[in-house]
Amino acid sequence: MSGAREGAPASWEVFLRVRRGLAHQHVGSVRAADPDAALAAARDLYTRRGEPMSLWVVRSDAVHTAAPDERDPYFAAARHKPYRYPEHFAPLTEKGPEGEHDA
Amino acid sequence: MTAPPAVSAVSEDGPSAHFDAFVAAGGTVEPRDWMPDGYRRMLVRQIAQHAHSEIIGMQPEGAWLTRAPSLHRKSVLIAKVQDEAGHGLYLYSAAETLGVDRADLLDALHRGQQRASATFNHPALTWADTGAIAWLTDGAAVINQAPLCRTSYGPYARAMRRVCQEEAFHVRQGYDLMRALCEGTPEQKEMAQDAVNRWWLPAVALMFGPPDTAQGGADARTAAPGAAVSRRARAWGIKHHTNDELRQRFVDSCVPQAERIGLTLPDPAIRWNEERGHYDFTPVDWDTYRRALGDDTHWARQRIAHRRAAHEDGAWVREAAAAYAARSDETEGRTG
Amino acid sequence: MSTTRDTSTKTATTGLSVAPTPTSASEAPTPTSAPATGASGGTAGAAPGAAPAGSAADLALHLQRLGDDALVLGQRLCQWITRAPTLDEDLALSNIALDLVGHARTLLTRAGRLDGTGRTEDDFAYGRPDREFTNTLLTELPNGDFATTVARQLAYTHYAVLYYEQLTHCPDTELAAFGARAAKEVAFHRLHADRWTVTLGRGTEESARRMRHGLERVWPYTGELFEEDEVLRRLSASGTVPSPAPLRETWLHRVTGVLTEAGLAVPAPTWSARGGRSGLHIEEFGPLVAELQSVRRQFPGGTW
Repeated sequence: MSGAREGAPASWEVFLRVRRGLAHQHVGSVRAADPDAALAAARDLYTRRGEPMSLWVVRSDAVHTAAPDERDPYFAAARHKPYRYPEHFAPLTEKGPEGEHDA
Repeated sequence: MTAPPAVSAVSEDGPSAHFDAFVAAGGTVEPRDWMPDGYRRMLVRQIAQHAHSEIIGMQPEGAWLTRAPSLHRKSVLIAKVQDEAGHGLYLYSAAETLGVDRADLLDALHRGQQRASATFNHPALTWADTGAIAWLTDGAAVINQAPLCRTSYGPYARAMRRVCQEEAFHVRQGYDLMRALCEGTPEQKEMAQDAVNRWWLPAVALMFGPPDTAQGGADARTAAPGAAVSRRARAWGIKHHTNDELRQRFVDSCVPQAERIGLTLPDPAIRWNEERGHYDFTPVDWDTYRRALGDDTHWARQRIAHRRAAHEDGAWVREAAAAYAARSDETEGRTG
Repeated sequence: MSTTRDTSTKTATTGLSVAPTPTSASEAPTPTSAPATGASGGTAGAAPGAAPAGSAADLALHLQRLGDDALVLGQRLCQWITRAPTLDEDLALSNIALDLVGHARTLLTRAGRLDGTGRTEDDFAYGRPDREFTNTLLTELPNGDFATTVARQLAYTHYAVLYYEQLTHCPDTELAAFGARAAKEVAFHRLHADRWTVTLGRGTEESARRMRHGLERVWPYTGELFEEDEVLRRLSASGTVPSPAPLRETWLHRVTGVLTEAGLAVPAPTWSARGGRSGLHIEEFGPLVAELQSVRRQFPGGTW
């Protein structure tokens, strides 16, 4: 028996904003006993290079998501609505999409 | 994206055949997807061994942190050893998405149920060893790991992309360290050559795993199981190349590098083969491989003993952190 | 130095009372172990007249002291790596060590330029015998257990943040810029020390006991950080760099705050160690320097 286990009791998901203009992105997880320790661990682990802007840590068990068997009820409907996309319709000009506006 | 159909959909051949088709088509498997038990087990085993190797791999170089011969080299070595801890942690984090827990994996390492790469069963006897380790074993790791950035399991591939980006610095600084020694006094150069003599075999044999092709030195008797595992790993997109292909790639990259700084790789069979377009070298057959392992040596035992001692000495700290967190949770009225 | 190992030290811990440790402000400038090397001015006090040269020599010596503190503490922290209580802590301690070595490099390089010897950072780190190192004894104390290391980090980081912040006001722009960078880095080290002090203080009975012991072990060595000798008096009188002595009260206030949150008392040691600034070190320092320099000494004329 070797006392407390390696890796603190809680897992935390880590989100990093690598630079201004970008959203926070999930980069991985750390183990830590409390939020401050989690933030420090995430800083040491995920920000050794560059000049990151901001870090979030969220307890892994606080992330709520649909169960795998609920995936179809949640997401399957999105695939069948081609009319949500511009390509579903005829271009506005002869030249095709490039001829439309500047964008 | 032209993604293959979702993994969870079960095809007529059953989930396993569908899964195999999905990964064969280049699909990325994510944590909550259905996956065959064998796939999960193979991944856990491979990711854990990789993570353990990073952690155990901190030791031979870590032992030289206090003796680095310039403050620049000291800074570089600290940054490198730190990256190794970081790589271990990225990988444990990836393994945790498969439903195992870092603590269990480390317990398995401490109890000898899981292993780290045998490369580090060898001692770092001089300062030049830190250079040889970085140049040769990290160089081997880069070649070995680059394809893993495209491995079929998403969290593993993402962790590996992070690892590979950082690992490139390790190889370069190791080569730079060796170059400096070769340009120094005769004694320094001698130290560099001695280190290469001792680290070549662990790098070329152990960093790529046992021979898994007949050309690479696997004999008929032993080739079958090794090649079968290797084939399975490739079918699942966990690996993309045989061990022997990657080993050849490594030799091809090292020979000119060694020549450029005036070091000799300790293998008299190394010579350019015009026909193959590769360097020939002494095949890493099973005997060579076993000889390189260094199991049941002082150092193999010492690496694990060192890790276990750190773990045990730190138990009271981890207990304190857990107790403190539990108390803070209570006062904040947190549940679970 | 009056005492080396303090195992038998009576350390009265009286609640939160302020340690009545006498400061050494009245000490004469340390004449005993002048760095023998080159034109660095040797003893700090022995530079009357020659105002510009003298003040450059003073500043060089001061920066060398700060650099030695960072170097030696960094070296001690390197000894933790692969031995920390968690892998995360291996990473945290190596991060801190890396920053400290960086501070040492900047400070020692500057010292070598100022003192006219042209010594490089490596000349300072690898070319001096241990008697010529001018770090405080606090920074060279053996690591002890994790709590002792945390206690030492608590004392040093709170001091270093305060002092480096002061450096940002120096008229010397290079030094001011260094102060700004270093203060930010040490501020993170201070967060690390604060967090562990509170975690261990309020963790388990064992961790609180070890933390108390660690604090008692290191506290007698904290006074030396704030010592002011002739060199510092001249430097601060001329407005070159501030003296750390006036920061001691704020330092005590801040560490008291952390210790209170941790449920721990500020130790009130009955004695105060000194000697490091003048090259009188503890016996464990010799091996530390020998290890630091071993490879370099083994290969005379080597290039690295």
